[in-house]
Amino acid sequence: MKKKSPRKIEPLTSSSTKQRADYSDPLLRELVAHLRQNRTQLREEWARRITDAQLLTAMSKEEIFSEATSVYDNYVEVLETGSVEALQAYARNLSERIIPRGVETHEVLGIVLLLRDVLARSLFKKYQTDFDLLNRVLDSYEPAANRIANTVGVSFVQERERVIRQQQEAIRELSTPVLQVRERLLILPIIGVIDAHRARQLTEQLLRGIRGNRAKVVVVDITGVPTIDQTVANHLVKTVEASRLMGASVIITGLSAEIAQTLVTIGVDLSKMNAVGDLQGGIEEAERLLGYKVISTPESPASASKETAA
Amino acid sequence: MAVPVLKQGDYLIASIQSVLSDADLLLLRDKLSGSVGEFRSRGVIIDVTVLDVIDSFATRTLRAIAHMLKLRGAETVIVGIQPDVAFAMVELGLTLEGVGTALDLEEGLAYLDTTLGTKKTMQNPGHGK
Repeated sequence: MKKKSPRKIEPLTSSSTKQRADYSDPLLRELVAHLRQNRTQLREEWARRITDAQLLTAMSKEEIFSEATSVYDNYVEVLETGSVEALQAYARNLSERIIPRGVETHEVLGIVLLLRDVLARSLFKKYQTDFDLLNRVLDSYEPAANRIANTVGVSFVQERERVIRQQQEAIRELSTPVLQVRERLLILPIIGVIDAHRARQLTEQLLRGIRGNRAKVVVVDITGVPTIDQTVANHLVKTVEASRLMGASVIITGLSAEIAQTLVTIGVDLSKMNAVGDLQGGIEEAERLLGYKVISTPESPASASKETAA
Repeated sequence: MAVPVLKQGDYLIASIQSVLSDADLLLLRDKLSGSVGEFRSRGVIIDVTVLDVIDSFATRTLRAIAHMLKLRGAETVIVGIQPDVAFAMVELGLTLEGVGTALDLEEGLAYLDTTLGTKKTMQNPGHGK
């Protein structure tokens, strides 16, 4: 919703801006000249209003002022050239810098709307004697200003969504490690909620891991999974079957009471599932299947275990 | 395209070389059941490594081959099912129940050795790595 609505409006405003820009070009030029002339004063007014409105509290006054200057210059440039690309790039860059500092969407929109307001007031002041001229100036100013506000808002939200996507990807990368603990034995510890996407990714990684490591036994540990829904439970069972087709047997460990109940409710064929209480038990069972024997050596003071192949 | 069937000791190895039509699969079935009798084989390995798709007919035929050969006195193992193929098969409910599966040819031989008890001890898991 957030993303769509501005996009829908954008072509509308941009086309109307173009028409007006052609129609009242001298007016727009006069407007730009006015903004350039009063740059210092308007900029300060704007920065003051931002502080008054308690926006951008995460930034210092100096920072606000220097960003305000850049935004102001970009703003005037957009009014002059009608091209928002430079502003878009700047807004992305700005968002990239301020998002990690916890600046909210409403603040960004707030400051742009404030600038719009500050400039509009200065126009009122300048043309207060000639109402007709003021009207025409506003006709050319308003669409351009709307478009700018739109661009900055959309850029900010896009940047934010990009960050979120990136983080999601990072989490996904981290979330499905396939580890080899012995020759031919893999473990797949799963922590956190499994959704359909993650389940699919998990299966893929597991099957590739089986081929890559030539695994014969895989221990899937789901101690860290609080609950799963029916789709995911089904998927888990399919993973077990697919692993079997590749010649590996799967041991599932750490099934919680809820998950066990879900599996029973969907009527999973338990003969296909090899479930063991905890990870330790699962690894021991896997070692047994592979013919490993763990022997503790008495001479070691910490009674560390030593493994030998049976 | 016909599937070459190689004799290796007590075992037969059918190594599929290209995509098979339904008729090819049925030919393979007949050829294997004939060869098992002829060579008195105790185990059969069907290598499907090159197959990108294993459909319901192929699954059914492979299962039929395995059950048939069992009746003729030989154990069957399917080897080399690719990850994507494995998952696609399971999605379609084609799980080859009752048929032995192994990762590749080497594992298939080890599987037959263990199942048929040809070698008394299980192969060292680290072997061949």
